[in-house]
Amino acid sequence: MTKPILEVKNLEKTFQIDRNRVLKAVDGISFEVFPGETFGLVGESGCGKSTAGRTIINLYDASNGEVLFDGKNVHRLKGKNQKKFRREMQMIFQDPYASLNPRKTVMDIIAEGLDIHEIANGRSREEVVYELLETVGLNKSHATRYPHEFSGGQRQRIGIARALAMEPKFIIADEPISALDVSVQAQVVNLMRKLQKEKGLTYLFIAHDLSMVKYISDRVGVMYLGRMAELADSEELYDDPLHPYTQGLLSTAPIPDPVQARQREKIRIKGELPSPLDPPSGCRFRTRCPHAMAVCAQVDPLWVEAKPNHWVACHLYPKSNPQ
Amino acid sequence: MKPILEVSDLHVTFRSEHHEVKAIRGVDFTIHEGEVVAFVGESGSGKSVTFQSIMRLLPQPPANIDKGTILYNGRDITKISETEMQKIRGKEIAMIFQDPMTSLNPTIRVGKQIAESLMKHQKVTYQEAKDRAVELLKMVGIPSPSERVNQYPHQFSGGMRQRAMIAMALACSPKLLIADEPTTALDVTIQAQIIDLLKDLQTDTGSSIVFITHDLGVVAEIADRVAVMYAGKIVETGTLDEIFYNPRHPYTWGLLASMPRLDQTRDQDLASIPGSPPSLVNPPVGCPFTARCPYAMKICQEQMPETTKASDSHQVACWLQHPDSPKVENPIVSRR
Repeated sequence: MTKPILEVKNLEKTFQIDRNRVLKAVDGISFEVFPGETFGLVGESGCGKSTAGRTIINLYDASNGEVLFDGKNVHRLKGKNQKKFRREMQMIFQDPYASLNPRKTVMDIIAEGLDIHEIANGRSREEVVYELLETVGLNKSHATRYPHEFSGGQRQRIGIARALAMEPKFIIADEPISALDVSVQAQVVNLMRKLQKEKGLTYLFIAHDLSMVKYISDRVGVMYLGRMAELADSEELYDDPLHPYTQGLLSTAPIPDPVQARQREKIRIKGELPSPLDPPSGCRFRTRCPHAMAVCAQVDPLWVEAKPNHWVACHLYPKSNPQ
Repeated sequence: MKPILEVSDLHVTFRSEHHEVKAIRGVDFTIHEGEVVAFVGESGSGKSVTFQSIMRLLPQPPANIDKGTILYNGRDITKISETEMQKIRGKEIAMIFQDPMTSLNPTIRVGKQIAESLMKHQKVTYQEAKDRAVELLKMVGIPSPSERVNQYPHQFSGGMRQRAMIAMALACSPKLLIADEPTTALDVTIQAQIIDLLKDLQTDTGSSIVFITHDLGVVAEIADRVAVMYAGKIVETGTLDEIFYNPRHPYTWGLLASMPRLDQTRDQDLASIPGSPPSLVNPPVGCPFTARCPYAMKICQEQMPETTKASDSHQVACWLQHPDSPKVENPIVSRR
């Protein structure tokens, strides 16, 4: 079996809110990502998926646990190795309006990494940028323009070109399409898939849109209140979701098909997300779970392989019970 | 079914010193009593502007209704005075907006904001209105409503704020509820709760709902009929099943195909629509979708197609419907 390119081990990220309160945004998640695959990370707002992404790329320090990229702990890298890591892992952000500097030309935005890492200058810098623009479906003439002159979809392409400039191995895409119109979403997703094939990229795709995540991902992890609830191959996860939260998410995700929408059985998740400052004891999901039992309030369910390659943390699956 | 809102040939333009944006360019539709009609389209297609101009919520200038009639219960509301409009707005036709944080007043208690509309439209005392506010909050599923009624919007979660907005809109039992992307800012599980709530309320009160959204998944959950908008025009309208299973307009085909279905295999690319919508400063003379349409013909550039009937409830504005046009099969395999 191939070695994972990314190993996340018991990763925790806490934020000190004030003297007495600590917010555990990511509370001990573990997963691996293999070279060339797309790993989808889904969950509702506040589940910690973006914090996880930002901690993995070392925008945040880890509070506990570790992230290994190519076998090296990304939070311990120094000097040359750190610089190399900064090139090899890149990020695409959600909001293409906020993530591009409005005062820079597209050329300077895309070339910023080239300049910092002293990869190219002068003519070759220009040529690299032109080539990247072509790659993402824009053209040379766009290089001298400013971000406000572009539509949302085009800006997202510029963000992708900027990430590609570093010739990364691994790209974290944090909700890259949720700010875009439906027809444009498909353009950007197709582009990302094409680039993955051509360049052998590995993606961590963070999103809340379940149908898009299923379509783009090889494997999917479902997060809830800082914890991983379930992880499986995307087909498997959608065919046989084990965790009640995943079941609820899948059955309430709108599907663009009226007959299916009428026929399917809906599992409603009641109530709202509890405050992450004061999460429920035991299983985090128990306050909204249709199957909650006494044990759920007392004991944290273990992270177990309920079926081959299908992991879940839920007391409905006997092995999850620590006793 | 009796028509409640009839809009014909509506034109809305935004004028500034240098620009003229023709946001709505001749829109016709009818909303009947007790039905849920979804308006879908991309940002800038004019779906929100249509209803904001019907409600007279757009500042004039820059916005202006250049042409068209809007009949509410048979009466042309483009002709009535602002005072008369105030009697309709909130009482007969109410609106819910996308972002409940910016559409609730942060400095006024939620209960008072709901009571305001009751006191404006009905002869009730403040105390009566506030008691009614508690009932309304309860009806939309807010727990411990008698405490919540005295709280400020920031003490509510996103989903609860949207519920409060719905309570406010329902305060005077409007005949028509316009919901402008009411679930877009919400998480999936909360979105499902709000859709259920709207469906239940619609069944209970029998009011009509206009549901503005860009999410075809949400449309499939809630609508009876669908109108597809593009570049300030309605390009196709039909029943829910007609739009999803027998769409006629290439733009509708594109929209449907660009959403991944749960049964979609991963080896095929998503069908995307190339390019982006035209600028409405100088809108194209012909069909606005021409530049992105794989089936575009010469005539499409030159002349806007007439709206033709595919069935009594199904109308399309596309040259492909013309008897002399080449026969093009809907590329989406029917999934029924």
